[in-house]
Amino acid sequence: MNQIIIITIITLVGIGTAAAVILYFVAQRFKVYEDPRIDEVEEALPGANCGGCGFAGCRAFAEALVKNELWDNLYCPVGGNENMARVAAILGREAVEQAPQVAVVRCHGTPGFRARTTEYDGAPTCAIAHQLYAGEGGCPHGCLGLGDCVESCDFDAIHMNPETGLPEVMDDKCTACGACVDACPRDIIELRKKNKKDRKIFVCCINEEKGAVAIKNCKVACIGCSKCFNVCPFEAITMNNNLAYIDPVKCKLCRKCVEVCPTNCIHEINFPPRKTEKAETVEEENK
Amino acid sequence: MKLKTFAMGGVHPPENKLSAGVRIRDLSLPEMVVIPVSQHLGAPSKVIVERGEQVKTGQLIARAEGFVSTNIHASVSGKVTKVDVFPDPSGYRRLAVQIKVEGDEWMETIDRSDTLVEEITLEAEEIRKRIVEAGIVGLGGATFPTHVKLTTPRGKKAEYLVVNGVECEPYLTADHALMMERSEALLAGIRIMMKGLGVEKAILGIENNKPDAIEKMREITRGTGIRVAGLKVKYPQGGEKQLVKAVLNREVPSGGLPIDVGVVVFNVGTVHAAYEAVQKNRPLIDRVVTITGKSLARPSNFRVRIGTPVAHLIEETGGLPEDTAKVINGGPMMGKALSTLDVPVVKGTSGIVLIRDGEARRNVVIQCIRCGKCMQVCPMGLEPYLLMNLSEKEMFERMESERVLDCIECGSCSYTCPSSRPLLDYIRLGKAEVNKIVRSRKAV
Repeated sequence: MNQIIIITIITLVGIGTAAAVILYFVAQRFKVYEDPRIDEVEEALPGANCGGCGFAGCRAFAEALVKNELWDNLYCPVGGNENMARVAAILGREAVEQAPQVAVVRCHGTPGFRARTTEYDGAPTCAIAHQLYAGEGGCPHGCLGLGDCVESCDFDAIHMNPETGLPEVMDDKCTACGACVDACPRDIIELRKKNKKDRKIFVCCINEEKGAVAIKNCKVACIGCSKCFNVCPFEAITMNNNLAYIDPVKCKLCRKCVEVCPTNCIHEINFPPRKTEKAETVEEENK
Repeated sequence: MKLKTFAMGGVHPPENKLSAGVRIRDLSLPEMVVIPVSQHLGAPSKVIVERGEQVKTGQLIARAEGFVSTNIHASVSGKVTKVDVFPDPSGYRRLAVQIKVEGDEWMETIDRSDTLVEEITLEAEEIRKRIVEAGIVGLGGATFPTHVKLTTPRGKKAEYLVVNGVECEPYLTADHALMMERSEALLAGIRIMMKGLGVEKAILGIENNKPDAIEKMREITRGTGIRVAGLKVKYPQGGEKQLVKAVLNREVPSGGLPIDVGVVVFNVGTVHAAYEAVQKNRPLIDRVVTITGKSLARPSNFRVRIGTPVAHLIEETGGLPEDTAKVINGGPMMGKALSTLDVPVVKGTSGIVLIRDGEARRNVVIQCIRCGKCMQVCPMGLEPYLLMNLSEKEMFERMESERVLDCIECGSCSYTCPSSRPLLDYIRLGKAEVNKIVRSRKAV
């Protein structure tokens, strides 16, 4: 009885030792060197695997950060400058800074402004509807309202507003990863520079048709009248294909363009209410 | 005798050929026509008229740009009022020429008489040239330029001409009417096409839900060497690959064209247009359009000038019925719903179908129950449920290896799905993406 146990133990120990020796040599022979800093960098990254940096995930991005000398095109929009500084510290390099951005939906074709002339009954994705036709309101550039952008967001930062039928971005949650920008088949969503107090001024329309045609489908379309272009003191507005565009970097948020727009398609968001002349006089009197 | 049909898949939608037996009538001229410059597959044509110019019926107004493109002619006489963007059937705006109709003055070169010209005096090369000039495209719906098909690629040889008189789409009767009323012209057209292609043998395929057409065509083709094949009714027999399989039992290879097995297929409408182009010097300025619907007062077959607004067409058949929920451009299986009635009839418009409220809506989509019916009915032997899933997950490379580019977009899968899944919508999306990938690969 005892003998059996002893033989068994000896045999197992023997097999174990032999396997260990073989494994040791194999591991030596086929060793893959991996920079330990990759793990450290990956640890420091947000770990959302959203692909906002253009890589297949945080790991791939970490590898690129360690490997590449130039960091010009390497930036994690989710973590932002702070995060990039931390990564730079790990690698003993200098961080690249970028102005924080936020996604902006450039269509305001609510049912009130853009009457529904047809009803879409097909597969509920924008990509398919875009292929099929111009959309329920008839604007070939406008939001289709089927929520491909909502689907694409990993951060729960964009939602459909059931009243307007348009998506709305929550500025505090948006990481500017650009997933919604890619998901939108009509390129309505744009990443724009984030300003103080989330203030925004932008042309809320991307319709490049002639003014008369554009206004037929939607009352708040940009008609390409160039009034904003003429009034802008900072040359931040450009006119292309019957459409005004405000450069977010050049724009100083003076709000002059908002006042002159005849179709109210330039939006100002998160600004304090404008002082009317009457209000000003009241204020002065109070003083 | 057992009737022939294609081997794989197929469905049997209710036929509803309401306008069968209604004689073709010329539609009255509208006040304005809008003629898009991109009515065919391939490059848009280049406009050669200017605003304010007077044009005659049959005058060239846009010239072909490149080989895969076609000429476009004025379908009415009058004044060019605009060269601008107009909504096309999908609602997107594309370049078109608008002409205000003034009288009906034709080009002097066009023979408008009804006399049948049977004798073919032209050589193959000249026939092709006439067809290029006349701007003829495939009138079955795909609108592929006909002269391209007539030019056999190097290293290949055409052996058979197959003429497509199947008209497998429910509701549509335009080809049927054409075969009944213009059989002699059609026969002359077939002979022209045979000469143009340099083939000795021709087969006309007709489904046996049109026994009168089969009989009539058999009668007049007796002794000519042209065979008329009666086919068992099954959708989508009018797809050229399915038709070749049905009449000749030849299988077009995946990714190939019928010419790879020595066959060229033309629709009867195309053949008729070719007859008029070659023998009468008449460009493609009108076509037969079926306008039908269960509530419509007078379902009809009209000979309609290209560019006529769909609204005018409906007006002529007794006005838009109250209960219309959907207006389809083409047949109910493959056609697309219109977003406005102000769009023009183009070369590819084979019919306008008005669908009633109760029948227009899609059923509620539920999950796939893995019944495999979509695979059973797919005439190309694809796996629609898989392609749809892959498209949803954006796995386009895998879609390519699953032969999505072979899909003929017949819609049999969506039609048959017991869960009402929008299979074809997703497959079409994936197909477009795969096409983009393939094109970018070619560009590199």
